[in-house]
Amino acid sequence: MKMEKMKKKRVIVIGGGAAGMQTALRLARRGIEPVIVEKEAELGGKLRGWYVLFPTFTPASEVLNELRRRVHECGIETVLSAQVTGIAPRSVELADGRRIDGDAVVVATGFSLFDASVKEEYGYGIYDNVYTSVDIERMLGEGRVAKADGSRPKRIAFLHCVGSRDEKVCQQHCSRVCCITGVKQAMEMKRLFPDADVFNFYMDIRMFGPGYEEMYREAQQQYNVHFVRGRISEASPMLDGRIQIKAEDTLTGRPLRMSVDMLVLLVGMRANDDNAALAAGAGLRQSPSGFLAARDHFLGSVRSEVEGIYYAGTVTAPKNIGETLNEAAAAADAVAEALGA
Amino acid sequence: MAAINFGYTISRPRAIDLDRNNLRKSDEILREMPELQTCIGCGSCTAVCTAGNLTEFNFRKVHTLVRRGEYQGAYEEMNKCMLCGKCRLVCPRGINTRGVVLLIKRKLGDF
Ligand SMILES: Cc1cc2nc3c(=O)[nH]c(=O)nc-3n(C[C@H](O)[C@H](O)[C@H](O)COP(=O)(O)OP(=O)(O)OC[C@H]3O[C@@H](n4cnc5c(N)ncnc54)[C@H](O)[C@@H]3O)c2cc1C
Ligand code: SF4
Ligand code: SF4
Ligand code: SF4
Repeated sequence: MKMEKMKKKRVIVIGGGAAGMQTALRLARRGIEPVIVEKEAELGGKLRGWYVLFPTFTPASEVLNELRRRVHECGIETVLSAQVTGIAPRSVELADGRRIDGDAVVVATGFSLFDASVKEEYGYGIYDNVYTSVDIERMLGEGRVAKADGSRPKRIAFLHCVGSRDEKVCQQHCSRVCCITGVKQAMEMKRLFPDADVFNFYMDIRMFGPGYEEMYREAQQQYNVHFVRGRISEASPMLDGRIQIKAEDTLTGRPLRMSVDMLVLLVGMRANDDNAALAAGAGLRQSPSGFLAARDHFLGSVRSEVEGIYYAGTVTAPKNIGETLNEAAAAADAVAEALGA
Repeated sequence: MAAINFGYTISRPRAIDLDRNNLRKSDEILREMPELQTCIGCGSCTAVCTAGNLTEFNFRKVHTLVRRGEYQGAYEEMNKCMLCGKCRLVCPRGINTRGVVLLIKRKLGDF
């Protein structure tokens, strides 16, 4: 009763990806009025680009549509095509000069995808038939996975850690989700092209989530995906449009070369370029990887060092969707507690 | 020198025996070039190696064996390196691999 008489607290959620939508939903449930500020013309974030999700092959659209439906149903205010360029504990500034005020701010601006053309030795954007995992998701969604000339691939290689764990491109962290994405996409390729041979080139296989290791094993045993421990050092085009790759097969200790119809680069998650400017303006801290640093890793994982500014999702580190959604709920709870709602 | 064929035929014990191997030289090498400890064994250096594509030389394997205290034959192996520097261009840990070759040769020359 008393609540209704009081003016509702208003919280600004920056970013309308999985993290931002979930944070807003949870805030609304706790009697707070959230406003989502999203730079794109629609909600969804990276999820908009994925086809089916590991580890269950659930269509990404199922999760996305359900989140959007709930946001719509709760009547949550959204400001679209609005890029935040400045953050303070009680307001944000937009690129067009507008200012939005509130009682607290949750930063849920997510991550950026590594640009594979930076690794020139793999020829992405130069040779035909070199793709990224993001291209594969798009092609799966369009129902048209094929070589550049439209024919069926007979041999496909996936390369792990492109743009992660690589000092040459200033990305030292592990992106966590690309190993399992590589396993998932290898299985999808075998489903589409049962006669094709699929090879995954890895340095370490990191199966951190529930059901992931089982999926890896299934890919080996049921799908006959070949796992080769060695990082591809270079790719070069052949006269017939195929790609020749070189690696060391480190488990046998011998150089290995082979030609493939498609080379797929499993691109990593990197920190947004505007993290630095946002952090500097608000007095926030970045971790060495460029992601924003939470107050601590245990009891303060959704808090920044500035009162009134909170974090949710992959803005602080690479995470899967489940972790992102859970963290968003935790962030909303922390905000609600602080605002006494 | 378990898995590398250095051309000897006398059979040596297969196991790398870390109870017996003396890691003093290895420690010295790592002290001078701590970055070598960050190697993740990806094999990129060996994949591009000019010498490794012509001979049995495997740079990753030799420096790993040295770090385990298996020094015998390492100097002779490193002599196969042409110091072309290609390995350094690809190492994801940014290790000065050419420097590793020179350091191992300097430290183990009299071994
Ligand atoms: C190739 C690939 C495949 C994946 N597949 C899966 C999978 O199958 N299963 C799984 O669990 N996870 C998967 N993931 C991980 C998943 O994509 C992330 O967990 C999830 O997208 C994180 O959501 P987020 O809201 O934190 O970030 P994002 O999805 O990046 O959303 C951030 C939002 O903030 C907006 N934004 C950014 N900056 C600003 C700004 N300055 N102002 C306003 N708005 C801004 C962005 O436009 C975006 O909408 C995959 C990741 C990759 C790279
Ligand atoms: S999850 Fe796997 S592919 Fe991705 S950066 Fe980590 S080790 Fe590399
Ligand atoms: S510098 Fe030596 S080890 Fe490195 S690639 Fe050249 S020949 Fe091989
Ligand atoms: S390229 Fe670097 S990290 Fe990879 S095996 Fe060689 S020295 Fe180790």
